[in-house]
Amino acid sequence: MASKAIVGEKVGMTQVWSDGDRAIPVTVLKVPPVRVVQVKTQERDGYAALQVTFGTVKPERLNKPTAGHFAKAGVDPGRKLVELRLDDADGYQIGQELKVDQLAAGEKIDVTAVSKGKGFAGAMKRHNFSGQGASHGNHKKHRSPGAIGACATPARVFPGTRMAGQLGSQRVTTMNLEVVEADAERDLLLVKGAVPGPRGGLVLIRDAVKGGK
Amino acid sequence: MNPTDLVDRSSLRDDVPVFKPGDNVKVHVRVVEGTRERVQVFQGDVIARSGSGARETFKVRKVSFGVGVERTFPVHSPVIAKLEVTRTGDVRRAKLYYLRERSGKSAKIKEKRAAR
Repeated sequence: MASKAIVGEKVGMTQVWSDGDRAIPVTVLKVPPVRVVQVKTQERDGYAALQVTFGTVKPERLNKPTAGHFAKAGVDPGRKLVELRLDDADGYQIGQELKVDQLAAGEKIDVTAVSKGKGFAGAMKRHNFSGQGASHGNHKKHRSPGAIGACATPARVFPGTRMAGQLGSQRVTTMNLEVVEADAERDLLLVKGAVPGPRGGLVLIRDAVKGGK
Repeated sequence: MNPTDLVDRSSLRDDVPVFKPGDNVKVHVRVVEGTRERVQVFQGDVIARSGSGARETFKVRKVSFGVGVERTFPVHSPVIAKLEVTRTGDVRRAKLYYLRERSGKSAKIKEKRAAR
């Protein structure tokens, strides 16, 4: 699992120039400083994680349980509570502030977010099926998936058969993205390539768990 | 204003001259050959500009030895050593793709004379 993590917001995509004067496509992430509200440990909670918050919220917008939770930690209430799973949460204290400068340019990261919802999608869009012929007597079956199994044996459709259904709006992790720039002054993180989710969506960032070093 | 404009600011050049489709330009391109670097000039008519901000590009068309050649450059590319406008054109369209089907005199762009 990850050794460091932070949470941010997707701003949009643009490009920057590399040293070799080539354009690098980057996603801009706004990563405000986060405050640790709770440290979850293996012994007490069964897993290690940091519960963090960011931004500010009007006190009257909080319900009593949430306000009490922030008050117990002695942390200014933030817009959201987000949990970041880590290998080991030792060394983190309640109230500690984490910034984007814990990541450096060139580092590999994983970004998790809820992907853009596409609604109920057919097999062609959802599973890249080829569909069927445009002509040769085809009638109203141009985008159908085709056969989904055999006949009297097994006399059922196997579980997991790829069909039409909800596409997108699910939790997706894009792995091994490269950090192009981590700007703690402006609280921005530039990541090479695309990141799941819509602009303004919440993204979880952690250092890459695969790929070796 | 786009939310990414702040990031783009550092990628933008401040020495880009004002030029439009129809203008004749000289693009001085830095070419790296091994370890050496030299400047190559690509001269032709601007037939389109597209995009905005750091991602804006322009297309330059020239006819070289009877063959039409088009190159697309990012407006803010660091590869461009210098950009000179040699002639301003008088055209009515933003995209001059009709020039591709023309040759000879009909492929000429009228020059725009400054009103005095």
